[in-house]
Amino acid sequence: MTENRSSSAGKRVGLFPTCLVDLFRPSVGFATVKLLEDAGYSVDVPDGQTCCGQPAYNNGDDERARGLARQVIEAYRGYDYVVVPSGSCGGTIITHYSEMFRNDREWQDAAMELAGRTWELTRFLREVAQVESLQANYTGKVTYHDSCSGLRELNIREQPRQLLTGVTGLELREMADTDVCCGFGGTFCVKYPEISERMVSNKVENIRQTGADTLLAGDLGCLMNMAGRLQREGVPVKAYHVAEILAGIDDTPAIGEGETR
Amino acid sequence: MKSTAHAFKANANRALKDDQLQQALAKAKDGFVLKRAKAFEHYPEFERLREHGKRIKDHTLAHLDHYLERFEEQVKARGGHVHWAETEQEAREIIVGICRKHKARSVTKGKTMAGEEVSLNEAIEEAGIEAVETDLGEYIIQLAKEPPSHIIAPAVHKTRQQISELFDTHHHKGALKAKLREVPELVNEARGVLRSKFLASDVGITGANFLVAETGSMFLVTNEGNGDLTHTLPPVHIAIAGIEKLVPRMEDASALLRLLARSATGQDASCYTTMVTGPKREGDPDGPEEFHIVLLDNGRTRMLGNQFREMLRCIRCGACMNHCPVYSAIGGHAYGWVYPGPMGSVLTPMFVGLDGTKDLPNACTLNGRCQSVCPVKIPLPSLLRDLRQQQFEAGLVGKSTRWGLGIWGFFARRPGLYHWASGLGMRLLGRLGRRRGRFSSLPMAGAWTGSRDFPAPQGKTFHQLWKQRKESGQ
Repeated sequence: MTENRSSSAGKRVGLFPTCLVDLFRPSVGFATVKLLEDAGYSVDVPDGQTCCGQPAYNNGDDERARGLARQVIEAYRGYDYVVVPSGSCGGTIITHYSEMFRNDREWQDAAMELAGRTWELTRFLREVAQVESLQANYTGKVTYHDSCSGLRELNIREQPRQLLTGVTGLELREMADTDVCCGFGGTFCVKYPEISERMVSNKVENIRQTGADTLLAGDLGCLMNMAGRLQREGVPVKAYHVAEILAGIDDTPAIGEGETR
Repeated sequence: MKSTAHAFKANANRALKDDQLQQALAKAKDGFVLKRAKAFEHYPEFERLREHGKRIKDHTLAHLDHYLERFEEQVKARGGHVHWAETEQEAREIIVGICRKHKARSVTKGKTMAGEEVSLNEAIEEAGIEAVETDLGEYIIQLAKEPPSHIIAPAVHKTRQQISELFDTHHHKGALKAKLREVPELVNEARGVLRSKFLASDVGITGANFLVAETGSMFLVTNEGNGDLTHTLPPVHIAIAGIEKLVPRMEDASALLRLLARSATGQDASCYTTMVTGPKREGDPDGPEEFHIVLLDNGRTRMLGNQFREMLRCIRCGACMNHCPVYSAIGGHAYGWVYPGPMGSVLTPMFVGLDGTKDLPNACTLNGRCQSVCPVKIPLPSLLRDLRQQQFEAGLVGKSTRWGLGIWGFFARRPGLYHWASGLGMRLLGRLGRRRGRFSSLPMAGAWTGSRDFPAPQGKTFHQLWKQRKESGQ
């Protein structure tokens, strides 16, 4: 249950679940759906999309990236809003699609029209849905990692923290260098695994220093990277997507946790 | 300078295993970041000044031909000499030529990255002339026979122990047995050695931080005063600077100086800010008899005509590398050429070529921290991405990436097939990983699992579950 003061009645949200959530952690998608429905929106997920195209774009394959961007633009026509539980994929749609079509006026217009309706989840909850309080509980000491694209392309910083203050039992402990990259970087982490390892090890050390028992972030890619390293180093910190905690879905095993721990 | 950027991966992996280097990098990183943050905390005008700085540079670059000619006229009118060097070879020939003409035996040098770009020290020494670096960091790495690893702190990769050892070898013939010494002791020792070099110098060579078109002046910014001793004591002063160092007016240089020191070292202003306008005039108490400025192109005009023009705004503060987590992990030498870190990863391919620098634009997570601290708002991540695109078009991208993108793209453009195939794949992977929730190794995923566990998928994909939910009418 969520209280809100906006006129969300009847507004349709097209959820862009992101490929990582689709494949690895549907619970993040359903947590997002719950948050949006609790705020009074009707949510749908179109079939005709797979990925925002960022892997192609960031590897210099603009042609393929444009193909995927067109697919997303087509699939999300007609929704009042498009909400993305990721600053990275959100940033691609909101800031990079129009660059991709800089030589194609018609598609650039369509890209900009989509960008105008597209929101990263926590920012949407704060600034569009105007969610003031949540009825979620989480007993734990939590630290929050600012994922780079969300932070620097979309100015996501206060929104998740403001929302987390509404979670009963949750104590937020800021880590050092919370705005420094965790070393994921999409294909970077497998192209330069040794450099990535150093970066994620630094991150794990900062997480450890806080004494937190739970790590949260708004991007599954960064979370999989950090959770994987925490587990490799044997650090007992659970990792969840911030949407899961905000929606109160903490009975799902944390990222990388199984039936037996 | 000869590039070793083609060996980036090997360079980087060696750097990651170098304990001394890691120690030095860890120490340097926090200092730079904290000092810069503190400087701007007390400088609320920063954002406005950044925009102003960007505009000054954009305007100058748009009219560079005009301002270069203006600058040349002004330098000449004040009795100085202007030399145009299109290539690094031309720059070397011009400078060595001037030194020879004056029968120089010893040359003192202030720190100049443009000089590093054209391998100036090697050229001077090949001509049988002694070249002495007078910036402390630059002096240290000259003794170590290494290139700089940072554009404002050239010896940032060295620990105090390593510097003690170097000085012991070169100043005491090993007599101190490489005892670890305190910083003031080391500084005083270098000062003593360099003093005699300054007094014996025939030609002083410096870089320049800004060139002012309206007056023909150049600015020189240092914290050690070595730049002043280099330019005032010898009878001849030669400055070498890239053509992008130009600004129209004195007040433009003044605005950029405010950004430079704060961004670089967190100082409001550097300890020495020297303005040089031509040679010594009648009645001047000191200064060189002759003043030469070498304007270096070396590929810069090629950048003027495309999106990489934005890179020519760079004022060489080093903030991008100080805030780069990749630079902090591997240090500057791994990048293999004069300019390291994010700015170097754009410049090196521009100057050295796309081939042979393939890793540089890719060894970046596009996290954008560099852009957020750049005092002249250079969109470094976009430029790095543009270089990736050029690599892709030029067929320089490796087979595995190309094939990977091809196969992934084939499925990703066919949503029905993609959802069906990914549903099968995730079900299998989810089942295999259900008990433990993760994998410590996976076929074909060694690059991931070499250093971290791989989280298992939950089993069904979101699309499958969403379809189920819709069908059950919830």
